[in-house]
Amino acid sequence: MAFLDRLKRRLVVVAGLLTLGYLLLPVAVVAVFSFNRPRGRFNYEWQEFSADAWKDPCGVSGLCGSLSLSLRIALWATLGATVLGTMTAFALARYRFRARGAVNSLVFLPMAMPEVVMAASLLTLFLNMGVRLGFWTILIAHVMFCLSFVVVAVKARVMSMDPRLEQAAQDLYAGPLQTFLRVTLPIAAPGIAAGALLAFALSFDDFVITNFTSGSTVTFPMFVWGSAQRGTPVQINVVGTAMFVVAVLLVLISMAVGNRRGRQRT
Amino acid sequence: MRTTHDTDARGGDVRLTGLGKTYGAFTAVHPLDLTVPEGSFFALLGASGCGKTTTLRMIAGLEEPTSGTVHLGDQDVTALPPYKRPVNTVFQSYALFPHLDVFENVAFGLRRRGVKNVRKQVGEMLELVQLGEQARRKPHRLSGGQQQRVAVARALINHPRVLLLDEPLGALDLKLRRQMQLELKRIQTEVGITFVHVTHDQEEAMTMADTVAVMNGGRVEQLGPPTELYENPRTTFVANFLGTSNFIEADVDTRSGDDLVLKAGGGRLVLPSARNSGPTAAGGKVLLGVRPEKIALVHADDAGRVPEGRNRITGRISDSSYLGVSTQFVVDSPVCTAFEVYVQNVDRDPRLVPGAEVVLHWNPAHTFGLDAAQSLLAGTVDPAGVETAGKEAI
Repeated sequence: MAFLDRLKRRLVVVAGLLTLGYLLLPVAVVAVFSFNRPRGRFNYEWQEFSADAWKDPCGVSGLCGSLSLSLRIALWATLGATVLGTMTAFALARYRFRARGAVNSLVFLPMAMPEVVMAASLLTLFLNMGVRLGFWTILIAHVMFCLSFVVVAVKARVMSMDPRLEQAAQDLYAGPLQTFLRVTLPIAAPGIAAGALLAFALSFDDFVITNFTSGSTVTFPMFVWGSAQRGTPVQINVVGTAMFVVAVLLVLISMAVGNRRGRQRT
Repeated sequence: MRTTHDTDARGGDVRLTGLGKTYGAFTAVHPLDLTVPEGSFFALLGASGCGKTTTLRMIAGLEEPTSGTVHLGDQDVTALPPYKRPVNTVFQSYALFPHLDVFENVAFGLRRRGVKNVRKQVGEMLELVQLGEQARRKPHRLSGGQQQRVAVARALINHPRVLLLDEPLGALDLKLRRQMQLELKRIQTEVGITFVHVTHDQEEAMTMADTVAVMNGGRVEQLGPPTELYENPRTTFVANFLGTSNFIEADVDTRSGDDLVLKAGGGRLVLPSARNSGPTAAGGKVLLGVRPEKIALVHADDAGRVPEGRNRITGRISDSSYLGVSTQFVVDSPVCTAFEVYVQNVDRDPRLVPGAEVVLHWNPAHTFGLDAAQSLLAGTVDPAGVETAGKEAI
């Protein structure tokens, strides 16, 4: 009885821990198996501990090439989608123009569309235009599907912004450009950053659309998929774990910076 | 802080000439002529939707007028964008930049004008508004009153020729509001800059301003010092919007010297001609007004003690409420139902209870006359709380 009572009182904590475990278990498996030394070609069974893969992450031919290509595409796609998406979001939030409502809903279509259908039609489009598939077709496709997410993130921020802030800036001798740079942009920045991060993550691990639009070019997700047919090198887990660690570090650093700034300002 | 040189040199009076604003079919401000003298504290008073904020925003350059011009001193600024006008605004709910700390908020205007060393000026300004300690805080960490002072400091540091205040105290609670009214008045006296203050709070306007313009439906109803507006209103809107007024419908009978004699019910009432804005010819219909605190109230048994030469009417007390410093009576009389009378609680007469027959009397010099052709209820709040003159409730 006493145990049940305690459980009842701790129900929220227990549920929280279980959910967290559910979320983090796959990550833990990836990390643990990056230290495995598989007997065959498949890294599916735990054999013994080894840091070999960590010492030589590029040891598998093609892996590091595909990784760098994916990073490059993700960076450029993020840049393109963020710039275009931010401008679209401002236009939608600020100006009343004809077909504004239509544009507002059309922007979200790529999010609603089944990815595989969009991928197939993109391929049709590129083939009909006679474009050579490769880096550029992947980039164009990625900018396209990341755009909607940036628009959503930035628009929410711009809509919630008090229009009087910009009027106050104008009242305090800031011309239109100064007002934008000193007030509008800094206030919209968290929304833009959120959109950019989302775009980077989406582009970096996209498989379906990339697979259709890449021709013979191989990105990291495609490399993983390809090797899964023939055997999975441990280095894939190494790269995955490293990405995770980098992401966590970035979050920790940004939190630390935020905290310090907060303390300084008091 | 001192009065700035450019304020002295180029004049800080605001002249609006035929200034009007329409939105499609709706006229927010009817063409308006107004001069705000340099160095004065000027209030635009009215219910929401009366056009006062639109007028202010046209002076700031945030709203483009449909007609007319805005002059600051000798300079026509009508065509100038807000960032080129030598005026600054304290916005409603302050509009402080959330991403900048107090120091940078205050320094914003100086930096935009290319002032290199802002530290000293900002420091002095923060001292003036007593916020030196909070310089490195973000606005959201300040209380309402502190935010309000940042907004004032951010505008004043630029030494504008005119400071515009758009309901600057609206978001504060009553006690803080009283305190900030005095504070703003102090700052204005200290810096000597022309202040144009928009408010819907008549008490605020009367406490702070040298001159008040009462606006209604996009027009200025009356303009003058607070005492004049209160003592001698020209329209029922002003009479009701500023405080409470009692009205008696009367007919002009004869003129005697500087006074008009009017007939109301069976009695005669005297009104100085100078205080009458209604018709003066015999037979003309006049609304005779008197403020509740100007009236004395005696029991009918003591009617003989009322001095000669006073306006008097009889009635019966229908209601009384004791308010500590004063007692408010509502008196029914043949000439006016629900006559309001405020009596100071000096010597309380125990006979003055609901149902008692009483005589009301007051000095004729406290009477004002209005044209009877207007609504008695303009500027009042009906029982549902809806302003009868404004488009929406306050």
